[in-house]
Amino acid sequence: MSTLTSLMQLWVFVLAAFVGFQVITKVPALLHTPLMSAANAITGISLVGSLVAAGSGRGLASNVLGAIAVACASINVVGGFLITDRMLKMFKQPGRKE
Amino acid sequence: MTETSSMARELLIQFAYLISSILFILGLSGLSDPKRARNGMRLAMVAMLFAVIGTLLHHDIVRYEFIVVGLVVGSFIGVVIGLPLGVNIPMTAMPQFVAISHMFGAVAATLVGIDEYFALGTTPPGPIMAALGAEVILGALTVTGSFMAFGKLQELIRGRPITFPGQNFFNIGLFITTIGLLAYQMMVPGQPNVFYIMIGLATVIGVLMVLPIGGADMPVVISLLNAYAGLSASAMGFAINNNLLIVVGALDGASGFLLSILMCRAMNRSIMNVLFGAFGTVAKASIKSATGLTVKEVSIEDAAVSLAYAQKVIVVPGYGLAVARAQQLIREMADLIEKHGGEVKYAIHPVAGRMPGHMNVLLAEAEVPYDKLIDMEEINDDFEKTDVALVIGANDVVNPAARSDPSSPIYGMPILNVDKAKSVIVMKRGMGAGFAGIENELFFEPRTLMLFGDAKASLGKLVAALKTV
Repeated sequence: MSTLTSLMQLWVFVLAAFVGFQVITKVPALLHTPLMSAANAITGISLVGSLVAAGSGRGLASNVLGAIAVACASINVVGGFLITDRMLKMFKQPGRKE
Repeated sequence: MTETSSMARELLIQFAYLISSILFILGLSGLSDPKRARNGMRLAMVAMLFAVIGTLLHHDIVRYEFIVVGLVVGSFIGVVIGLPLGVNIPMTAMPQFVAISHMFGAVAATLVGIDEYFALGTTPPGPIMAALGAEVILGALTVTGSFMAFGKLQELIRGRPITFPGQNFFNIGLFITTIGLLAYQMMVPGQPNVFYIMIGLATVIGVLMVLPIGGADMPVVISLLNAYAGLSASAMGFAINNNLLIVVGALDGASGFLLSILMCRAMNRSIMNVLFGAFGTVAKASIKSATGLTVKEVSIEDAAVSLAYAQKVIVVPGYGLAVARAQQLIREMADLIEKHGGEVKYAIHPVAGRMPGHMNVLLAEAEVPYDKLIDMEEINDDFEKTDVALVIGANDVVNPAARSDPSSPIYGMPILNVDKAKSVIVMKRGMGAGFAGIENELFFEPRTLMLFGDAKASLGKLVAALKTV
């Protein structure tokens, strides 16, 4: 069972990595800095694990560690997305006056 | 709780995660087009929301007060960094910002790994231990590595490479030791002290990894650290059996590695050379002496006249422009030249600025339309037909030594063919060497005119002079 689970996980990982490479290759150089910043925001997905730790019934130590992790991951997510959006907002469509 | 309701809950979680994964992929693919990019990022934000909601349904979560405190505090700090103060963060500080933001994400991954280790009574089964180990090692080295990268870029730490004899052997040895400790724990579980030592070594690796790398190569490292942070999240997914973490971590890892490779390719260097080459120390040996050569200076008025009557102008913006925060003036100047009937384009070197695409962002900030920003390969043949190439605060990316001088540390790096233009005006603060610390022959060419001074002040005067021509 455990080996099977590991294999399934590996399967998901490899496919996701392929999709990642495909998607990222299509990003033009023009948007590489926003991409880096977006990827940075998405790294905050560690929020998922942090939430489980912060809310678990494993005891105070676990919850405190989790809460710190949640805070750090949120900084990553919120800050990352805000900056990415601010950057992308600046890419105005050519010829369209505002 | 009944079996069925627990099952239903699990289904709901998995469904939320599935939607989240799809939205993350769609969001990232939105970045393939500047028109769709912003909406793509909105999708990614919704994806993150789904990820959080799905997780909050998790049956292991029994109390919410710590979650709320963490979310509120983290979001508050995130907003403070990202929003009102964020408006004041100059776009030039982007790489630092990305680095420090990574650090926080990696802290989270590492802490979760530590917590998970103790939740499993310090005796996780082999495969789980491997995943946890990968998570905390990658997490911990990303924490310190990112902080070092931040420090170097923010100039808290010396930007120049710091090297010592046998450095690479030492680092590799340290890395092998760390992996060895992990393997040992997989065979002999239940040793928290070894676990701590392993994390400690990983933090040391993070520091040592960044020490020998110069400021110019820092974006490659930041991108690599992004990949490590992503892989750390993936490893977390393996450890707690969470497919969403695996998928998103893999996307992140792919993006980080790919960007690092693209950056290295743009500098014509291998990733090995960037990581182990200690760039700046090589440069010292082969700096060409510039003694005996003279440069020609040009006055603001003369520069304005030649720009006003030029048919084709190519602006080569460099980091110096961004540091002087003179992007807005560049656009004013371009508008004036266009009023005189000239055509202005911008030549963007792949590594102009501090990271790939950085210059595009900096110019977009000044509302330069992005269809005028031309990539190096596309514009390089146009220089021959160009009346004036205006180099502002760029140096290494226009250094002909990259083509002609095999002893130069930047030899082989693709450069902008500015020296092929009919005339060149170089705006520069002084005669100092570029970021890579190398003398530039372009400045001594007969067709090159130098306009010394702060980019912003000079451009201001140029704009004023152009108005009167």
